[in-house]
Amino acid sequence: MLIKQQSQILSSEITDETIYRQRRNFIKSTLAVTAALASPSVAALSNFQIEEGQKLYPGPDWLQEKLQASVKHPQFQAADKLTPYRDVISYNNFYEFGFDKRDPAKRAQNFITDPWKVEVSGEVAKPGAYHLEDFLAPHMLQERIYRMRCVEAWSMVIPWVGIPLAEVLKRFEPTSKAKYVEFTTLHDPQQMPEQDSYFGTLDWPYVEGLRMDEAMNPLAFLATGLYGQSLPPQNGAPLRLVVPWKYGFKGIKSIVKIRFTEKMPENTWNKTAPAEYGFFANVNPLVDHPRWSQATERRLPSGLFSPNRIKTLPFNGYAEQVAHLYKGMDLTKWI
Amino acid sequence: MDIAKKTVQRLIWWMIFSLSLTPAVILLFNAISQNLGADPAKEIVLELGTWAINFLWCSLAVTPVRKLFGWRAPLKYRRMLGLYCYFYATLHLLAFATFMIGWDLKILLQELTERPYAVVGFIALLLLTPLAITSTKSMQRRLKKNWLSLHKLVYIIAVLVLLHIVWQVRSDFSEALWYGLLLFWLLAYRYYKKAPSAKGRATKPNDNVVGLKIQR
Repeated sequence: MLIKQQSQILSSEITDETIYRQRRNFIKSTLAVTAALASPSVAALSNFQIEEGQKLYPGPDWLQEKLQASVKHPQFQAADKLTPYRDVISYNNFYEFGFDKRDPAKRAQNFITDPWKVEVSGEVAKPGAYHLEDFLAPHMLQERIYRMRCVEAWSMVIPWVGIPLAEVLKRFEPTSKAKYVEFTTLHDPQQMPEQDSYFGTLDWPYVEGLRMDEAMNPLAFLATGLYGQSLPPQNGAPLRLVVPWKYGFKGIKSIVKIRFTEKMPENTWNKTAPAEYGFFANVNPLVDHPRWSQATERRLPSGLFSPNRIKTLPFNGYAEQVAHLYKGMDLTKWI
Repeated sequence: MDIAKKTVQRLIWWMIFSLSLTPAVILLFNAISQNLGADPAKEIVLELGTWAINFLWCSLAVTPVRKLFGWRAPLKYRRMLGLYCYFYATLHLLAFATFMIGWDLKILLQELTERPYAVVGFIALLLLTPLAITSTKSMQRRLKKNWLSLHKLVYIIAVLVLLHIVWQVRSDFSEALWYGLLLFWLLAYRYYKKAPSAKGRATKPNDNVVGLKIQR
């Protein structure tokens, strides 16, 4: 498999950015018109129902093609009722864009997610920087429905589109020294205003990590879309991690760096409040957050007179797939 | 007092009364029109709590404002501000129990007794209750000196409320910081003003507005 590295591309081959953007904008506007003229065909893009009047995110044309060709994964479906598209794209924790749940949907709309580069480094045979298009090129996109349990005790059910993390990581041929994978979010205070804020306790850029066997578990997923659309910026476009057996904050958004390491990465929340957030952050109803209970969760959207409070399951209901990874570990200690 | 003046005063009273009620009306409107996002329950609870705090802080600001700028007018509305604080705080707890817990008594009891942030909030509301009950003029007369000592509880309540906010901070501490700085100033100003000038002020006849004398 040929993976083009940035340095191997002649500058003459590279389309001038203004022209590139013009093209993309043309395609985008054409798509928007098409969508307006024939909205049923857009809905047909996926089998899910999207509420009328909601903003859609077609994304760049190359991604759109991949999204169209995506297939449902037969195994990773859920019996749970889906959280409506409207709520998935308007209720987000993405502190780089603001601390309120509604801030990301408001402030991330002009976030530039294409072109996008992902840098792979550390203990691998094939490091390099890749355009997202090349990064994803060898893979078919799949649709998977996962539950997402936030550490704040609410949860959603989301149909993601993306690729299994293991398939991607293997391509770069991690060496025997690679014990962990570390992910880093873009650091760009001009686009992500809260990275300049004086009132947050988090260190930027946001960093998350997985142990190698966790990363290689078939459940671990890199998402590029949801509800058959490309990822909206507020949901972590253009590339985010989805690890459904862990609390939501492990699902790092807008990834620009993937580094293979021998030592356990220092993930952002763990660094900020080690007593409250660990490295593993597996969903565990038996271990409360020091300030609130994790025994139950509210499945969103929650109706006013039916709070939708349900019991939280160990590993968010994915124990069968992942519990073996933690055999012999005291999970009250390794939070 | 002539009739015109009385009418103006009544008008002002109604204005403040309806202005204070506005946040609740807006919230109700947004709830009915389903304009509160994916988690309306939390939105309602937070909004009601925020207004309870705002009114508490406002009622605490009445005395410093009077001493600093000589504005005596707000004093007439302090009772209303305090009662609005109680109104929003009560709705806050009711909304929490109804919309977030669904009146599951086991969970509710657990939350109100085991979660430190909820415990201090609950205690603050409990302590507010006797203040609300004894807020009438007749109660003021009946309790005499004790009324003032009782209503000094408000300082403890304010500190508990601040803890209630601080203990919920995940990363963004700006709100907690502003409320904290304001409260610090409101309390420090009292302490600072009390020591040197209490004697001279106590004898002023004008200070004899109900419930205001701070001298011993």
